[in-house]
Amino acid sequence: MATRVEPTPAPAGAARPTDPREAVERLRWIWETPRTLAGALTTVDHKTIGIRYLWTAAFFFVLAGADAALMRVQLAHADSRFLSPEAYDQLFSMHGTAMIFLYASPVLSGFSNYLVPLLIGSRDMAFPRLNAFSYWSFLFAGCFLYGSILVGQAPDGGWFAYVPLTTRAYSPGPNLDFYALGLLFLTISTTVGAANFIVSIAKLRAPGMSINRMPIYVWSTLSASVAMVFALPSLTVALVFLELDRRYATHFFDPQGGGSALLWQHLFWVFGHPWVYVVVLPAFGIVSTIIPTFCRRPLAAYTLVALASVSVAIFGFGVWAHHMFTTGMSAMATSFFSAASMTVSLPSGIATASWLTTIWFGKPVYKTPFLYCIGFLLLFVIGGLSGVMTGLVAFDRQVTDTYFVVAHLHYVLVGANVFPVLAGVHYWFPKFTGKMMHEGLGKLSFWVLFVGANVLFWPMHHLGLAGMPRRVYTYAPGMGLDAGNFWSTIGAAIFSVGFLIFVANVVRSLAGGEPAGDNPWGASTLEWSVSSPPPAYNFARIPTVRGREPLWEQGADEIAALDSGARGATLLEGRETLGTTVMDAADEGIMHMPGDSPWPLALAAALALLFWGLMLRGFWPSLLGVVATVFALGAWFWPAGHHGPGVPPRRGGAGREPAYGGGAA
Amino acid sequence: MTTADAQAAGPPARPPLSAGRGGHDVGWWGMMVLLATEAALFSYLLGSYFYLAVQHPTWPTIGAPPLALVAPNTALLVASSGAAWWADRSADRGNRVGLIAGLALTIVMGAVFLGVQGLEWSRADFRPQTDAYGSMFYTITGFHGAHVLAGLLALGHTLLRAITGAFPPGRTLAVNNTVLYWHFVDVVWLVVFTSLYLAPRF
Amino acid sequence: MIAPRSTLALLALLPRQVPTTLSIFAARGRAAMESAALGWGLIVISVIVFLIFLGFLALPLWRNRGRGDLSMAGAAQAVRDQHDHPDEIRGILLLGLALPALVLAAVFVWSTIKTSAQAQPFAVNDPDASERADAVVIGHQWWWEVRYPRDGVLTANELHVPVGRRVRIALSTEDVNHSFWVPQLAGKTDLVAGQVNTIWLEADTAGTYYGECAEFCGPQHAHMGFTVVAESPADYADWLATQHAPAVPATQPEVQAGRAAFASLGCAGCHAVRGTVFQGRAGPDLTHLASRATLAAGTLPNTRGDLAGWVADPQRVKPGNRMPVVAMSGTDLQAVVAYLESLH
Repeated sequence: MATRVEPTPAPAGAARPTDPREAVERLRWIWETPRTLAGALTTVDHKTIGIRYLWTAAFFFVLAGADAALMRVQLAHADSRFLSPEAYDQLFSMHGTAMIFLYASPVLSGFSNYLVPLLIGSRDMAFPRLNAFSYWSFLFAGCFLYGSILVGQAPDGGWFAYVPLTTRAYSPGPNLDFYALGLLFLTISTTVGAANFIVSIAKLRAPGMSINRMPIYVWSTLSASVAMVFALPSLTVALVFLELDRRYATHFFDPQGGGSALLWQHLFWVFGHPWVYVVVLPAFGIVSTIIPTFCRRPLAAYTLVALASVSVAIFGFGVWAHHMFTTGMSAMATSFFSAASMTVSLPSGIATASWLTTIWFGKPVYKTPFLYCIGFLLLFVIGGLSGVMTGLVAFDRQVTDTYFVVAHLHYVLVGANVFPVLAGVHYWFPKFTGKMMHEGLGKLSFWVLFVGANVLFWPMHHLGLAGMPRRVYTYAPGMGLDAGNFWSTIGAAIFSVGFLIFVANVVRSLAGGEPAGDNPWGASTLEWSVSSPPPAYNFARIPTVRGREPLWEQGADEIAALDSGARGATLLEGRETLGTTVMDAADEGIMHMPGDSPWPLALAAALALLFWGLMLRGFWPSLLGVVATVFALGAWFWPAGHHGPGVPPRRGGAGREPAYGGGAA
Repeated sequence: MTTADAQAAGPPARPPLSAGRGGHDVGWWGMMVLLATEAALFSYLLGSYFYLAVQHPTWPTIGAPPLALVAPNTALLVASSGAAWWADRSADRGNRVGLIAGLALTIVMGAVFLGVQGLEWSRADFRPQTDAYGSMFYTITGFHGAHVLAGLLALGHTLLRAITGAFPPGRTLAVNNTVLYWHFVDVVWLVVFTSLYLAPRF
Repeated sequence: MIAPRSTLALLALLPRQVPTTLSIFAARGRAAMESAALGWGLIVISVIVFLIFLGFLALPLWRNRGRGDLSMAGAAQAVRDQHDHPDEIRGILLLGLALPALVLAAVFVWSTIKTSAQAQPFAVNDPDASERADAVVIGHQWWWEVRYPRDGVLTANELHVPVGRRVRIALSTEDVNHSFWVPQLAGKTDLVAGQVNTIWLEADTAGTYYGECAEFCGPQHAHMGFTVVAESPADYADWLATQHAPAVPATQPEVQAGRAAFASLGCAGCHAVRGTVFQGRAGPDLTHLASRATLAAGTLPNTRGDLAGWVADPQRVKPGNRMPVVAMSGTDLQAVVAYLESLH
């Protein structure tokens, strides 16, 4: 692997057709999925999958938001009897679980699925079928979890489900089985999704996109994915222990049997704290993409921001026990984790300073996505400051498990996930659909949501300091909690209205938004070099990148033109993209990609069967699920699914030919 | 591979991936990430085991598990990695007989290992329900056993493909990855063996 | 957020009044005062940091408004001008790394000093702590068992401490995890299944302080309060002596009828009254129920009406709690309440 950054000219140049229209025609034949039901169920197109992720995550956001709205109605005044305590417990547990696992992380997977291949100049993800499987299993796992609400037995132990409350002795119903099995199922989806991002980013970057030229969004997705790969197994272990304790009377968390109730807390937070960074890092990436576009200059201190996102992902593993300051840890341990928590906020400080510097020396253009980024900055800095406060032991002992923490985590997660996501939707909507969103409605939705978020969450600081514990379904009047709760509920209503305005804007723009053109924002990254929406094959010619801001430095014409004589590979012999070296992105040769396949859906369905069998404690359904899973895996890997070296060449003649590797059935 | 080479090979030919450049196919990278997350999984399992161990006055609660069955079984599993290595090398060299024989031998040894583990389970005088040590012991060895089983299924799948002739030289990624996974399962066993069987004796 | 001090003083004079503040800033004990001081300091620092941030954000947004357009040419020029400018990097390292690191190091040191000044809690898991403690608090779903092992006192949902003295309290749980929190006196310490945590509790001012469970523990987590009464050492000693004594025998006819009803209705299956044959262990000990400020773990004031309402239908006040609704006649109810009211 030489340090050569310029790739060899057109390694596949031999296959270059003379007529660009013929080449495009061929690419469409190779890459497009037929618009049929079968096509919809078998497609592996990362853009389709990304959009599906976004819609599905939005659906779960609405459900989890409705849970929260009901809670806010209950808490609007003291001693309310709107909800029973059992209902309230299920609602807050599902609100947290769904927001974290079914909205915050999948919505970013949606963006990354859609954007990463486009940002790195690839035609798809490294494992397109695995990508389809990630989506289907996410969908099924999400429905599995929310299915519990339909039978009125939703998880009710909070999103971190502390034992012993969640063991069989204190929670004999199926509620926590839905939680444990549903999240185990989801873990599979998320792990393979993360692996896919890592490999795609490592190997499929366009020639010339050395790691010091990767867009920050790609850096943040990579960091989050690496954190996922190492954090999720801890959750898996915790959930397996929990389910074994519940079902088979093992003693992992049972102190009488030699187990430990704190083991759950350790395992959960070793997963849980890195997960906080997983659901904000790609959102940082969105902000780091949008702010430079609307400040008309590159991001300040690119290298520092890239390093910051990597170091957050790493340090995030060293702070889990700051969730456990009150459990009776030694003074030494609490001090260590407190100091580590101070340290982990430093990379965020660097990122914030970089955004401020970019704005300081930039020429801001006040479009909706930029406003949402400003909103993010304000909310996130408040959440960060309250985070530092809760990281300090002497103060944390007073505010932990109160509404102060609820305020803190919502400023962080609404600030650093929801607002960047909304920024991202407004920003990439033109790319997704070819249509612009309405600016006026967009700005209105921003202001209403921003005011709503603050009216909703700011009073929670006061409630926490006034001594309101979290997860109480009611409170007594006259304890100094009435006004704060009332205003918070008003804020929830305002926030809901803001979200409805946003939804109305999406619907209106889908139906009749103005045509967007390829690059309505004059942005610099590769996705804006192709049409809106992009063709199935993304890039007619794999671009060659010469800087961090390709479209500003090279111009879209050079990147995109099929017949401009620019360097770049036109791969027309099947589903192919370029593989490049990890550090320098010097091209290594052609990657063969599998075609559409029914097996990802079949495997996800088989797993769904297995988990439902386990849930219902049915031996035969479970066994059938195992057999179906093994069979689906075998079929998936059986025929030509491999795209290794040395695949015999396909005939390059005219006429529709099946996509390479599509013959699984 | 240079452009000239590519052109000499005629229009449909393309440079095979990683030829002469030291790179790896995405499939290899995918397997590496899978192994990383699996390694993390076993780290958390063993971390939990030691977390309980250090809090207990006596651990293992029923004394160190006997080595009579497990020591030779460990040797067998290590040897199976050798057979897998042979299958891998044969595949790379286009030796189909070696590939099939190596895979078959690996499968037999792995299956025997699994059988002996089952025997060990049935002979043990404690159950997962006995106490937290029992829960840990069965869960950790059970997780490993499940990985052996998955490895056996993958090896069987690969063997079937080898018999039907699907691995010409240069298209051996599935063999390479399966064998890589098998090596990993063996290494994990050595760690589990050391933690569960040897560590209590010191 | 903070009830005016005069109100508090007034309330302290009212007997059996449930306290009305949980504010961490209405601190009346050493540990809580250290936390409150740190809290005010952190709030001030946070406001300053936020204002600095706001300045850096708002100034360019205002100054540079209307200067930008979405043309590619301007951006391309900016790439050439500003690519990783060393001044920018220096500025970011200063404002984003060095200054925050200094502030964070300072507040960390300050917090560490405060933590050790609190001497609280030395909440390490120590199984023998219960024997050495002045008081033992045991969490139940959803009430607090309180024992004074050296003084032979067993009560529920009410802790008495002598003013100005550090009291050593061992915390454990009978079922799920809970968290012991008296905001005006000290921060939280969890009651973790299988372990015993120990804390110091100290009140500087006489008064009644409200505490509550701060770790989600099931449907009635919201109604798991308790009171801490800080009183002069003499009063404290009196209280211990009273609580140590067995129940006053029933003499009045209505009380005797109530005692009979208490037995026949099955109340004794869960509740104990020392000095009688009632030895139930599942629910709170009722030997001196009438002396307590609250009922149902801080949920109701201990008045005759509330007591009758609670006994008649505990599931209305605290749905899902472990006390069943026992069908009884109005006469029985009156009698049981009379009996309970007699348990001073």
